[in-house]
Amino acid sequence: MLGLDTKDTRLLIIVAIMVMAAPILLNPFPADSAMAQFNAGYPDLMQRFVIFGIFAIGFNILFGLTGYLSFGHAAFLGMGSYAAVWMFKLLSYNVVPAILLSVIVAAAFSVVIGYISLRRSGIYFSILTLAFAQMSYALAYSVLTPITNGETGLQVYTNDPQILMGENSPNVPHLFGIEMRGTADLELGAWTFTFGNGYYLAALMMLLSFYISLRIFRSPFGLMLRAVKSNQNRLTFTGVSPKPYTLAAFVISGMYAGLAGGLLAAMDPLTGAERMQWTASGEVVLMTILGGAGTLIGPVLGAGLIKYLENIFSKINDGILHQWFAFMPDGLEDFMVTILHPFIGKGWHLTLGLIFMAIVIFLPGGLVEGGQRIGRLFKRRKTDDASSATTKPAE
Amino acid sequence: MGILEVKGVNKRFGGLQALGDVNLSVAENTVHAIIGPNGAGKSTLLNVLVGKLIPDSGSVMFDGNSVLGRQPYEINQMGISRVFQTPEIFADLSVIENVMIPCFAKRDGAFRMHAIESVGNEKNIREQAEAMLDDVNMLDKRNMIASVMSRGDKRRLEMAMCLVQEPRLLLLDEPTAGMARADTNNTIDLLKEIKEKRDITMAIIEHDMHVVFSLADRITVLAQGTPLVEDTPEKIKGHPKVKEAYLGEAAH
Amino acid sequence: MDAIILQILNGLDKGSAYALIALGLTLIFGTLGVVNFAHGALFMIGAFCAVTFSRLLQLSHEIVDETRTDFLGNPLKVDVPYLQDWFGPETGAAIIDWAVPLSILFAIPVMLLVGFVMERGLIKHFYKRPHADQILVTFGLAIVLGEIIKANYGANPIPTPAPAAFSGSLDFGVWLGFDENAIIYPYWRLIYFLFSAVIIAGVFAFLQFTTFGMVVRAGMADRETVGLLGIDIDKRFTIMFGLAAAVAGLAGAMYTPILSPNYNMGMDFLVLSFVVVVVGGMGSLPGAVLAGFLLGILQSFASMNEVKSLLPGIDQIIIYLVAIAILLTRPRGLMGRRGVMEE
Repeated sequence: MLGLDTKDTRLLIIVAIMVMAAPILLNPFPADSAMAQFNAGYPDLMQRFVIFGIFAIGFNILFGLTGYLSFGHAAFLGMGSYAAVWMFKLLSYNVVPAILLSVIVAAAFSVVIGYISLRRSGIYFSILTLAFAQMSYALAYSVLTPITNGETGLQVYTNDPQILMGENSPNVPHLFGIEMRGTADLELGAWTFTFGNGYYLAALMMLLSFYISLRIFRSPFGLMLRAVKSNQNRLTFTGVSPKPYTLAAFVISGMYAGLAGGLLAAMDPLTGAERMQWTASGEVVLMTILGGAGTLIGPVLGAGLIKYLENIFSKINDGILHQWFAFMPDGLEDFMVTILHPFIGKGWHLTLGLIFMAIVIFLPGGLVEGGQRIGRLFKRRKTDDASSATTKPAE
Repeated sequence: MGILEVKGVNKRFGGLQALGDVNLSVAENTVHAIIGPNGAGKSTLLNVLVGKLIPDSGSVMFDGNSVLGRQPYEINQMGISRVFQTPEIFADLSVIENVMIPCFAKRDGAFRMHAIESVGNEKNIREQAEAMLDDVNMLDKRNMIASVMSRGDKRRLEMAMCLVQEPRLLLLDEPTAGMARADTNNTIDLLKEIKEKRDITMAIIEHDMHVVFSLADRITVLAQGTPLVEDTPEKIKGHPKVKEAYLGEAAH
Repeated sequence: MDAIILQILNGLDKGSAYALIALGLTLIFGTLGVVNFAHGALFMIGAFCAVTFSRLLQLSHEIVDETRTDFLGNPLKVDVPYLQDWFGPETGAAIIDWAVPLSILFAIPVMLLVGFVMERGLIKHFYKRPHADQILVTFGLAIVLGEIIKANYGANPIPTPAPAAFSGSLDFGVWLGFDENAIIYPYWRLIYFLFSAVIIAGVFAFLQFTTFGMVVRAGMADRETVGLLGIDIDKRFTIMFGLAAAVAGLAGAMYTPILSPNYNMGMDFLVLSFVVVVVGGMGSLPGAVLAGFLLGILQSFASMNEVKSLLPGIDQIIIYLVAIAILLTRPRGLMGRRGVMEE
């Protein structure tokens, strides 16, 4: 189906069902229970899951397949956001031109930046992309203030032209009248499920992105990209020029980043330079390797997990910790709270850095590899059991 | 007129004359060995042939076109494939993928944005690759990851990757360097087998004389950057100049 | 003319910092083959060594001064640093005033320790891993170190002044026959430049004239051969890492009067220092130093008002532009050697 083999079709369908049912699946706890704080099924957070999922899927096409580690992809995300907000300012709040322009702008910049950066490989490439991203950040933050509105950040003002704005057009981002922040609630006993329009737009985009990346992975083009990572020397002596392949991968991943940036702006029509900062570029690297670079589903898992943890860790404070450890004797309770305090709330970045290190040190293949290892362990145990249970010698 | 014509090639590195007036002609459907002691300029010559080094003067023509200053992939697209000292393969990919990549390169050229097609649907390419693997007795290993194979199998795979492109010239760079005796013999057998099965032109750069005697149709002996003699293996064996060059080295 | 000299002088202190960080980065590249994204964090830790040391010196106890009263009419409570108890009011105050230069004594052991722990505990395990993994793990470490500092010292820059004796400026122009106040150069920046020059000279002398340095240089040229000689190169490399950490730390400690340290400064300097290393030529120590000063001076020229009015914002991006231009025209950098860090 859709040009995919059975296994990939199954994967795509599973992902589609999970994404579509996420508002229910991610809300396992009743709304007024103590565990409700661990629910993730509200539009705001789920939007971030899928949007950063798109970002990471795109990054994975570059890093996972070709092995080129870019430290500047947040720049494309930021450019996408700026482009989208400008569309809101100039045309109207319809998200279609905004998203289209964000992808186009990111593509244009990634052609230029990719062309220059890809003249070098290895760490030189990483440093070049980092330099470009820092330059973009510096420009957006100060010099290009007329375009980016500098420190304040870009947003839509009432006196903006918005030439396509009709009498009855909504005054918030919308898709031909469907407001992005519009929601529908479903109450089911103690549970409340919220279905957001914006989430479903972003989710559909993510499914499309995922499908395209699936096709790329299975294509001869994808095979060539993996060959670039595996042995560039052999590849050139096989008659293939690696540069156009890596550039194409770079631009595709840049467009994914631009799309993610455009969607971020479509959900909330403002943006700032901090989206381009290199810590943001580092975050997408982390998402990708956390899930598993070079795997299909890894980046989506990584993006979801990071954004979920960010949300949980930032929300927890000492008061909540005290509640959790209330069953312990007082001294021990205080001790636990003191120990955990640096990692929660504002300490989220510390936790993020530690996760980052732990993954690189212990599980360079990411969660997908971890899952496979566990899977193999069970399989082996099963076959062990089977062979010990049977007394018949093998044929 | 040979398929590969090297004419009057000179290359200096500072005060060192690495190649001095090298003339060489490799005839079609022959195995031509270029041998010489260490420091004779073999690897410099090889680097000139694959476009990595540009000589100070002279020309290198392949089938009437100059190879000088071209990128490795262009040289491959002209019809020259190369086998390395240590097998260069796509270690993280499966054996069949390793062989399919050269098939794609042969069919699609240096770059093609075939991102929407599926490798799974490329029946012709797969059949081509499988036939090649069958040819070198590796069909049963097609789904293995290349890195886990033995060194001998890697050499065999690399050969398959080159041969599947049906190159007009196969360039071998010291294919037995650093190998144990048994591996060396296996490689010689493999090369003989290839030579018997198909019409192929090979140029072998080699340090070890014994390797090439049973293989080569013609041998060029290189010493101090200049071709000493060029002849059939039988004649080279007893040639006084060759003895001198090699004995001279042994005496060091 | 005087404006040009002024800009060159202004570029020197920033250039010194770049050069010192880039020097350490290059040493680590060259010897250990590791790309250390946490090197900027070492610079930052060095700066916070100065902050910590100055706070330690100011540890005080409260006494009641009966002779004076506060605005409510009660006897005034004043904090008296222990140092003033021990050394008398004047010497004590002087020591506190000299906190930044004195913090060198504190920073050296701390930074060596940090370096040793980092190398033995983490970096060592990444010698044989791909560069991408090294970048990623040290990137994670840089975040962690920055956040630890932020948790303990807050997010705001902490002003750490130079000794009062150096708070003024040198009227450098008068020496050269220009008008008064034409070329004003703060004393501390001059000190910082001289300090860097001494450290750079020290590192080079150490590598040039000691057996240890000889082995390290040989290791930089050809790691495997030196390993074959049976020299315990790993131990030397640990020491080298500690040394590079100490250089970065001292650069940071002395820089505090010029730039109030905050937890983010490491990242800013790291990115620029990497650019410096790339421009200088990966693996070349003189290249790193040269490029550091060149880019510092270039940046200072770019921030002249005349230039800025012509090309707005050029001061922000000049270094990156130069780096891109250099990498495209001379891929190995100004003084890079063939085959270093190339795939």
